[in-house]
Amino acid sequence: MTDFPWLSVVTFLPLVGALFILFFSRGTAEQVARDARAVALWVSSITFLVSLGLWVNFDVRTSDFQFVEKFVWVPGLDLAYHVGIDGISLFFVLLSTLLTVLCILASWESIQERVKEYMVAFLILETLMVGMFAALDIVLFYVFFEAVLIPMYLIIGIWGGPRRNYAAFKFFLYTLAGSVLMLLAILAMMYQSGTSDMTRLLTFDFAPSLQTWLWLAFFASFAVKVPMWPVHTWLPDAHVEAPTAGSVILAGVLLKFGGYGFLRFSMPMFPLASLEFTPLMFTLSIIAVIYTSLVALAQEDMKKLIAYSSVAHMAFVTLGAFAANTQAVEGAIAHMLSHGFVSAALFLVVGVVYDRMHSREIATYGGLVHRMPKYALIFMIFMMASVGLPGTSGFVGEVLVLIGLFKANSWVGAFAATGLILGACYMLYLYRRVIFGQLTKDNLKSIGDLNMREIAVFAPLLLLVFWMGIYPETFLSAMHVSVENLLERYHSAIAAHGAATAIAAR
Amino acid sequence: MPIAVVPNFALAAPEIFLALAAMALLVTGAFMNERSAARVTSYGGVLALLVTAGIVLSMNKASRMTFGETFIFDGFAAFMKVMILVSAAAVVFMAKEYLIRHEIDRFEFPILVMLATLGMIMMVSANDFIALYLGLELQSLALYVIASFQRDGTRSAEAGLKYFVLGALASGMLLYGMSLVYGFAGTTGFVPLADLFAHGGAPTGVIVGIVFILAGLAFKVSAVPFHMWTPDVYEGAPTPVTALFAVAPKIAAMGLLIRVMVGPFGDLGGQWQQIVIFISIASMILGAVAAINQRNIKRLMAYSSIGNMGYALIGLAVAAEAADPVIRADGIRNMLIFLAIYVFMNVGTFAVILTMRRGGRMIEDIDGLAGLSKTNPLMALCLGVFMFSMAGIPPFAGFLGKLYIFQSAVQAGLFPLAIIGVLASVVAAFYYIRIVKVMYFDAADEAFDSPIGMEMKSILVISFIFVTFFILFPVPLIAGATRATASLLGG
Repeated sequence: MTDFPWLSVVTFLPLVGALFILFFSRGTAEQVARDARAVALWVSSITFLVSLGLWVNFDVRTSDFQFVEKFVWVPGLDLAYHVGIDGISLFFVLLSTLLTVLCILASWESIQERVKEYMVAFLILETLMVGMFAALDIVLFYVFFEAVLIPMYLIIGIWGGPRRNYAAFKFFLYTLAGSVLMLLAILAMMYQSGTSDMTRLLTFDFAPSLQTWLWLAFFASFAVKVPMWPVHTWLPDAHVEAPTAGSVILAGVLLKFGGYGFLRFSMPMFPLASLEFTPLMFTLSIIAVIYTSLVALAQEDMKKLIAYSSVAHMAFVTLGAFAANTQAVEGAIAHMLSHGFVSAALFLVVGVVYDRMHSREIATYGGLVHRMPKYALIFMIFMMASVGLPGTSGFVGEVLVLIGLFKANSWVGAFAATGLILGACYMLYLYRRVIFGQLTKDNLKSIGDLNMREIAVFAPLLLLVFWMGIYPETFLSAMHVSVENLLERYHSAIAAHGAATAIAAR
Repeated sequence: MPIAVVPNFALAAPEIFLALAAMALLVTGAFMNERSAARVTSYGGVLALLVTAGIVLSMNKASRMTFGETFIFDGFAAFMKVMILVSAAAVVFMAKEYLIRHEIDRFEFPILVMLATLGMIMMVSANDFIALYLGLELQSLALYVIASFQRDGTRSAEAGLKYFVLGALASGMLLYGMSLVYGFAGTTGFVPLADLFAHGGAPTGVIVGIVFILAGLAFKVSAVPFHMWTPDVYEGAPTPVTALFAVAPKIAAMGLLIRVMVGPFGDLGGQWQQIVIFISIASMILGAVAAINQRNIKRLMAYSSIGNMGYALIGLAVAAEAADPVIRADGIRNMLIFLAIYVFMNVGTFAVILTMRRGGRMIEDIDGLAGLSKTNPLMALCLGVFMFSMAGIPPFAGFLGKLYIFQSAVQAGLFPLAIIGVLASVVAAFYYIRIVKVMYFDAADEAFDSPIGMEMKSILVISFIFVTFFILFPVPLIAGATRATASLLGG
């Protein structure tokens, strides 16, 4: 490990790129657009390469935070610019940097309006996402967590579809309403523990009654982000109206904020409350798995269908996290990563035909296999990965979560397993309606297959889907120690409290 | 208490200088021809206000009293005075162009603002109810006049009249409360009053008096339920005057409120805390809900300022809780930080509102901002940042302001207040981001008149830089507020 500030470079390089575009692009609108695209692609690619350096230099044997940087920010309040990553956050950082590159590539032709602002928004968003996953100061975390709303609001609102105003407002206000309660909880935690340093908060024992309230406040925020039933309704709207790349980032990274939050904050910081609320989490997640899968089955809009499938998939994540055993938690993280690849890819898949036909209605399509064989193949692979076919990344997460769930509570496991069947139903049904059948519609007869740029976008995701599906240990090995450490903390806190109450009762 | 034969005038140097400067400019203006007089008093006024701020900064901040303990100068007074003077200077600076366009560029305008400011800085140094009332009335009388400065316009005249009638009513309530306190305590000085109530007990008459005093001061900070004048006056008054109303008098009245409540009545916190909590909650909710349907941006800013005063009052409610002196001090300090940030956001926003002109006519409709991001991207960026900041979204300054305020509420255990506060801020976020929506999502309207005056540009840039980068360098302001609070509570 070196003294090179890897994390800060990964975090702030995109911001530098954004400022560069903002200040140095001159000339006609066309030149500005071309320069903005090029700069954004270069900057995000370099950022991704640098972030790979994090993985290369990552020490898988320790659960300590690595690449730690700490500077005093506000002395009186003990706030610090404090960043670092462990096995849980490492892959989310990489996911953010990878998907940003793909998003910029995917928007190369579909975005023609205000290209400069678009690229700036995406680069700023990348800074905020990485910062969120890397933050080790709880206020710094909140700053990044909440600031993400601004670029995302603009991306949905400026480049979105016909109902973009409604979707952007709904996204913004839902998320904000959840987050402000978390802010109060953060302030209460700082007051109780006297620190905003997350490494110390992770081992601080809050009073059991206080934990309940703090947990609920964090739940309000993360449940909206995940999103859990019944506060998921912003997601279909936001996905449908957002531009393709916006949906990709939303599904690929932003939804992970919630799952990451549960693992990073709720479980280790409020273990007693987490245990207390596990039945609630299970119930809501099971409802989400079954209900949103059925809703997905009835959708006529491709993006909406994938949005509902995201809710169902993320419910697996919350199930896994709160099952609180090694398989389930690793499965939850793996499933988040896999969902990051697969749902991002599926939105890109929709984006491909949307760019050509400007319609997301399933009924517009049919028989695409005759004109777009490569497209049909790629769509099929990602569809199968979403269903959880062995050999794809989707399988790894789902199977680990299910093993863990059956260990924790076999009824919950049994209900969750229905999600796999329903998932197969709606995905296969979607695939059949879009790809198979006769190519009868006239305007589809001249539709073109994937071009090189689009293949380049899909290639890394394909690689990752198979890599993670065939040899998941590459990914799992980096998170083993951190997950063990998390669960150790979780169970020992519960055991200690149990012992204390037993003594008190005697 | 021995009264010196010659009081220590040095402590009142800023007031004396500002009064002399105002009179000198008045005489100058009277003898010059009308056109050039307006320009001279405008620049002279800005200069005088800034020089006064400089004098305040250069003075020794130790807590000292003069004029028979009726006048106090301490770090707290200095902090408030600098905020008031700088924001008043910014308003006079921005006002010139507007006044010229509306042909109301009389040389009296800057002088009236200076006199109002003089009243304000006297208010925050008042250490006696009589001194307080003198400052307050000097401020109010000057403000009544400038509210109806566009005397040919019915709206402006209505605003002035409304402000005057309701303001006089509030002053009456204040006077009544003060006379009750005097009747039961036998003194109007803050120092003897504080000694009298040091043990927490007070006759009922005094408590009733405090209620009236609070009601009168709540009017001045436009807190619910004494807010009714605010939207009408904001809308009717000429825009630079509205900008002034949104900042300087609010700061002064807040300063006064803090001084009165934690000074003489500091040990009666338990008695008045509920009142402050109530008006705080009511202001936050009303400021958030009532603004949703506003179409006029000046009315919107009126409701926004009502809501923001509600947030600031959280700090005062915390300060009433005398249990832990550190938390109490933090409450005041965080309130000061919040107010300072509020000033920058408001001045910046009004700088944008002052440039909203099409074909020589002012646009006050929010929809008039449609597509500003295309026609003037930099201005749209600035206003967007101010709006996100007011909504309390990080990383902008407004977020830190709210963070500090809520931190105090949480520390003092005022959870209902904090929870209602954050939820109200979500509701309020709706109308702030609606402005962003109009600017960025809606189809472009005609561009505003250009060029934009140098005055607006410079104010806009300064506010923008402050609001955006405050999060990186918060320490100077926090340290200043800490010193101010220490001198208020320790002195």
